[in-house]
Amino acid sequence: MRRESLRDLFIAAVALAVLLVLPVLFPQPALRDFLVYVIAYGLLAMSLNLLVGLTGLVSFGHAAYFASGAYSFGLLMQSGHFSVPMAMLCALAGTALLALVIGAICVRLKEIYFSFITLAFQMFIHSIILTWVDVTGGDQGLRGGIPRPAFLGIDLSQAGTLYAFCAVVFIVCLLIMRQVWQSPFGYTLRMIRDNPARANFLGVNVLRMKLGIFVLAGTMASMAGILMALFVSGAYAEFAFWTMSGEAIFMIMLGGMQVFLGPVIGAFLLQTLNHYVTIYTEHHGLVLGLVILAIVLGLRRGVADYARDWLAARRTTREAAALEAKPAKKAVS
Amino acid sequence: MLDVQNLNKSFGGVQATRDVSLNFPAGSLTAIIGPNGAGKTTFFNLISGHIRPDSGRILFEGRDLVGLSSLEVVRRGMARAFQVASLFPSLTVREAMTAAVTSHQRRSAGLFSRFPLSGSRDRVQELLELLGLSAKADVLSANLSHGDQKLLDIGLALAMEPKVLLLDEPTAGMGPDERWRMIDKVHRLWQAKQLTMIFIEHDMDIVFKISQTVHVLKYGAVLAQGTPEEIRRNQDVIDAYLGTDHHMALAAEEA
Ligand SMILES: Nc1ncnc2c1ncn2[C@@H]1O[C@H](COP(=O)(O)OP(=O)(O)OP(=O)(O)O)[C@@H](O)[C@H]1O
Ligand SMILES: [Mg+2]
Repeated sequence: MRRESLRDLFIAAVALAVLLVLPVLFPQPALRDFLVYVIAYGLLAMSLNLLVGLTGLVSFGHAAYFASGAYSFGLLMQSGHFSVPMAMLCALAGTALLALVIGAICVRLKEIYFSFITLAFQMFIHSIILTWVDVTGGDQGLRGGIPRPAFLGIDLSQAGTLYAFCAVVFIVCLLIMRQVWQSPFGYTLRMIRDNPARANFLGVNVLRMKLGIFVLAGTMASMAGILMALFVSGAYAEFAFWTMSGEAIFMIMLGGMQVFLGPVIGAFLLQTLNHYVTIYTEHHGLVLGLVILAIVLGLRRGVADYARDWLAARRTTREAAALEAKPAKKAVS
Repeated sequence: MLDVQNLNKSFGGVQATRDVSLNFPAGSLTAIIGPNGAGKTTFFNLISGHIRPDSGRILFEGRDLVGLSSLEVVRRGMARAFQVASLFPSLTVREAMTAAVTSHQRRSAGLFSRFPLSGSRDRVQELLELLGLSAKADVLSANLSHGDQKLLDIGLALAMEPKVLLLDEPTAGMGPDERWRMIDKVHRLWQAKQLTMIFIEHDMDIVFKISQTVHVLKYGAVLAQGTPEEIRRNQDVIDAYLGTDHHMALAAEEA
């Protein structure tokens, strides 16, 4: 295996260990809940960034796949015929198919038209959820709870086990996305982001590549939705509302879109902000808006991107300084 | 190799290509010249599959390319570089070249391996050395000098291992010295790779120095074609350039 892959695995192992140890050190349920939200939203934002940051496709309707994962998983579990892993697989496959159908139409459009049509499909799915009350529960959401029968000795009805399960799934998904990010496919997507016409002239089938990443990102988003449904034991129409997609874009902007883990950092920051801001003020939308404004206008990129650029700039000035210092030393000796 | 027959293309009222018939034998080095707006770039856009001609045929190794997408044309073996270098700003020189080589190897959808693939490394190194870009391999494409950007643009096209290479003004925007260095590289490339090369160029000294055949376009139509010697003495060409490009007229008179 290549050194880079081993390094990624090592980082993933450390991150997983930290995630698993944190609730042991600080056993308040509130921390665990907080972390599960970071995990689910972080996964949603990371999956969206496969489109936004890696491919240059700004989807405004990504939460549709989050909702699709949550609802199909919840419904399958409520039917009583499925185990948790089986229902997860079916929900993922179903969402992949949905993303394939919607994506086949969307990826033909460019820039703002792409954004709008993804938004339109999301609103369409949102209204289906609202109107198909018999199945989805309409604006009440999927009621009655989602059963979590034990499988392979894993009992997700225990809060601690559920948390550990979410953490493991999260890290595995991050590893998969990291592989996408570093694969030949990932670099082909960067070509498309930078200059799709040129990529086409270099033998890249731009539409097919875009569709591929659209389906992959949708599937990853549905995994986030499944974790959320497991955790809240339900699914709600808000999952498919445009504000959910908006929050995912917020997190990407907050954390950064060029550093791989930027969106997770954004999710963490947004959840933290949400948490404290709601404690201290009722005008929490206003405060969040101001923070975003400060970051967009002040840093002009997400915090992780800012940190990376800052480090790179520091390295180059140090190298330049070292180069200048060398001849000086020689002169002395 | 490449035989273009009766090509026509209009944009609204502008007829950018009028009944153009040109033949490019295998291994030839051909220059296309003409005043601004003569339809030179449009000609490249047509034969590279970027835009579709209104009528006419583009026979490449005996098969008609009309109606094929630029993707299919590249895969048949015709690649191009652009008048304004068309690059991937956020990729380094090496990454961009590697991505292009990987695409040529039809492995650009690979999900389970890591970039760069070991099978592309030697090829990329070879191309970088050929272009003299090895020292700048780790520079971001966006940060390259103008001349190096033009070189990288050509390098990306070369990664396609084309049989026919189209170069749209490889020396555009360069100073006199840089121009000659560039064209020298292009010339050696042509010799080394036994390509069929077609280049658009405004500098007459360069055109007369290196090309085997010159095609002159004006108002979208072929005004003249022949060896540099013939074109230099062609009265139509001299007349065409007198009004538009003093340099051409001078170059012609000096001869
Ligand atoms: N996509 C287009 N739509 C409309 N008009 C076009 C288009 N492309 C080219 N034209 C027109 O066709 C004519 C020929 O343009 P072209 O770019 O081929 O000229 P050129 O010979 O390459 O000129 P230059 O030396 O300035 O590069 C011009 O009048 C131009 O405005
Ligand atoms: Mg032109």
